[in-house]
Amino acid sequence: MNLTLKIWRQSNAQDKGKMVDYKVTEISEHMSFLEMMDVLNEQLINKGDEPVAFDHDCREGICGMCSMFINGEAHGPDRGVTTCQLHMRMFKDGDTITIEPFRAKAFPVIKDLVVDRSSFDRIQHAGGYISVNTSGNTQDANGIPISKHAADEAMDAATCIGCGACVASCKNASAMLFVGAKVSQYALLPQGQVEAVDRVKNMVAQMDLEGFGNCTNTGACEVECPKGISLENIARMNREFLSANVKS
Amino acid sequence: MSVLDSKVPKGPLKTKWIDYKNHIDLVNPANKRNIDVIVVGTGLAGGSAAATLAELGYNVKTFCYQDSPRRAHSIAAQGGINAAKNYQGDGDSTYRLFYDTVKGGDYRSREANVYRLAEVSANIIDQCVAQGVPFARDYGGLLDNRSFGGVLVSRTFYAKGQTGQQLLLGAYSAMNRQIARGKITPFNRHEMLDVVKVDGKARGIIARDLVTGEIERHSAHAVVIASGGYGNVYFLSTNAMGSNATAAWKIHKKGAFFANPCYTQIHPTCIPRSGDYQSKLTLMSESLRNDGRIWVPKNMDDVMAIREGKKKPTDLSEDERDYYLERRYPAFGNLVPRDVASRAAKERCDAGYGVNATGEAVYLDFASAIQRYGVEQAKIHNISNASADKLYKLGAAIVKEKYGNLFQMYEKIVDQDPYKTPMMIYPAVHYTMGGVWVDYNLMTTVEGLYCIGEANFSDHGANRLGASALMQGLADGYFVLPYTIGDYLSHEIRTGKIATDTPEFDAAEKEVTDKINFFVNNKGSHSVDYYHKKLGNIMWEKCGMSRNAEGLKEAMAEIKALREDFYKNVSVPGTATELNAELEKAGRVADFLELGELFAKDALEREESCGGHFREESVEIGGEQAGEAKRNDVDFAFVSAWEYKGEPSDAVLHKEELEFNEIELKQRSYK
Repeated sequence: MNLTLKIWRQSNAQDKGKMVDYKVTEISEHMSFLEMMDVLNEQLINKGDEPVAFDHDCREGICGMCSMFINGEAHGPDRGVTTCQLHMRMFKDGDTITIEPFRAKAFPVIKDLVVDRSSFDRIQHAGGYISVNTSGNTQDANGIPISKHAADEAMDAATCIGCGACVASCKNASAMLFVGAKVSQYALLPQGQVEAVDRVKNMVAQMDLEGFGNCTNTGACEVECPKGISLENIARMNREFLSANVKS
Repeated sequence: MSVLDSKVPKGPLKTKWIDYKNHIDLVNPANKRNIDVIVVGTGLAGGSAAATLAELGYNVKTFCYQDSPRRAHSIAAQGGINAAKNYQGDGDSTYRLFYDTVKGGDYRSREANVYRLAEVSANIIDQCVAQGVPFARDYGGLLDNRSFGGVLVSRTFYAKGQTGQQLLLGAYSAMNRQIARGKITPFNRHEMLDVVKVDGKARGIIARDLVTGEIERHSAHAVVIASGGYGNVYFLSTNAMGSNATAAWKIHKKGAFFANPCYTQIHPTCIPRSGDYQSKLTLMSESLRNDGRIWVPKNMDDVMAIREGKKKPTDLSEDERDYYLERRYPAFGNLVPRDVASRAAKERCDAGYGVNATGEAVYLDFASAIQRYGVEQAKIHNISNASADKLYKLGAAIVKEKYGNLFQMYEKIVDQDPYKTPMMIYPAVHYTMGGVWVDYNLMTTVEGLYCIGEANFSDHGANRLGASALMQGLADGYFVLPYTIGDYLSHEIRTGKIATDTPEFDAAEKEVTDKINFFVNNKGSHSVDYYHKKLGNIMWEKCGMSRNAEGLKEAMAEIKALREDFYKNVSVPGTATELNAELEKAGRVADFLELGELFAKDALEREESCGGHFREESVEIGGEQAGEAKRNDVDFAFVSAWEYKGEPSDAVLHKEELEFNEIELKQRSYK
């Protein structure tokens, strides 16, 4: 395949940035999208130009590092995948592909397609944990029976990879799917109950502080989430938040 | 004469660790506040260690190259974590986990370390459940288990096919709690580029801020390396793209011995490569072998017909298929350990029976599992006279429940539906058992410098059984290091703050800066990846699953020549004072170009077949084991620990003789 790529280039956080056109040739349909980007970069390096900076690491859809906005969609046109799992068979010979960084006030651009998602970490610091010490002197694991249903639901919420596609897809740049998933995981488990009230209040407060927008139930986040995290998590977070405010 | 002291405590194996803990020196909580510890790497080992050390009261600084500790490559581990809980009542015990691990490692690991690992394993599960790790449960609300290759009990705890992710997020959450308390200061998007020694002790590191390019000095009373393995020396591996050997290699150059570099695990169930552009390989959890049957066609005609697309695998009847693992190893069948399964797949493909275009693939087939589960479900739900289609649907639902995310991942990559047609798999470089040599305390040959998790060599011998890497990472970080490092730090309470404006820091920083400046100013003609791919090719061809003396000697010479060419002709675009991925890669590949040569040298030294490392000169000639790997316990029951002397080819070998008092060394048989 031969393709035209329109890529956002921005040398650092202060730079204004602009779209630049590139041509790539002889792309195999079996390549992953990132392997296609490797081909482009090899080509740029051999010409003495600067390669395009992009975040990537595990290349098997689990680390959450890759974060491209492709043809107006986070992680591109396929469903239930990250950019590293997106394959070139989703495109046609002669296509023009637009590639931009995830855009949100709370995700400032570092360089080209690389953005700073440390705001997610700070939300986690605000309460995304259970306060148990790590001594190993905890009760036997089977001493906390958990129904299969609750364990499975908690697991579904916990599969969030923190990539930020939900934020990038949301017209309000809301982080509520991410935060909802974290709150839900602990809200569904007995171990998480003790701190539930403070957790949801602190995490929501930090989310607001970071400059994420609000949820207006558009549902774009759920559609674009590579891990299929459901909107129910946002509803659960809202219930937890309401009841936390009633309780205190 | 060897200078290695393993510091294994005296006394019976079963009480060594308990007695040790009873007699170590402790640090008063008020003094812990005055002690700093650096942890490099925030995966399962580093993350759990950092959280626990901070919990205890030390000031911890963590470093990782990713933008968040939550992205460490431990996150990609799929199948599960072992623990000797015996919840299933199938005969498991601490001793049996210990025995399986030593045997599975082909008797090349240290007894005392492995026993301790088995001993603390049960606690790991308790700890993780308390942290909210959503392990799989059965309908009674209790934890579920599955079994893994190389063992006969079900001791593996799992969270769908994302166990590594959930355990890592557990450790990350424990870290977050300490970050919130101010006890951990995280340095993300930072890379450690050297260790600083003062009076022979590790006293800090030099790190680069990967966003600004700034070179930073960080001091501490002890330094812990938890930077993972070096599988990317092969270029293609299941490791994340950024996984590197730099931290471990830099400390090797500063005096930490590097042990068993030639021990690399080749994982049997990966998605085969599809072309030259391939950037990495994707693993399919070994747990699939619980239900998947592995086969190739019996007849060469069928192989050809399949490759040419004239036949589909589903066209072949049961008796036209060679279920070679079940045929060769009836006791363990498809659940033989990884090294045995990998070698057997390669043997069949080398004999010409590979089923894809490259001839490097065998089938992993779920048809009979779907059928078996379908029949079971029909019985459970009282469905009589179920149609074949209904049975298929019922069975496929169970398979989806167990491995759904893996099947989805396979389909996305290969564009085939594994519920309908067998998966294609082939062995790939996965986990490195070799690494920095450590004693029983997990301290390297440099005082105050510790190494944990995959970055050290200690617990897996020449082969790693499935679900044991997560176990070791968390055991080291949560439960072992916090005690052993405390014993060392108890002698540091009068040291006071370590200054960074000293000649030792000056020298280390200069070395780092000079190297970076060299790369950005060397206007060569080849990219970093050009060299990395060439190195990977030499490694796979000559230091891969089978090796011989001649090939290893060639590999050493070729790697040395490639390294020289790299320093003449490598090209790194951009500057040193910005985010520069090519510059990061250049430093890492420079280290791989040295490590690769030591790898070949170590493999040359070890004239025996051991674990997955098939030395062509060492093979069983006759008897029941004919054709299997031949280990040599008389001459090679030792850990090779290499001392850096400049060029990798000049490294000096130290041997730690392995003693086996509890376990009799036997031929491993899975027949």
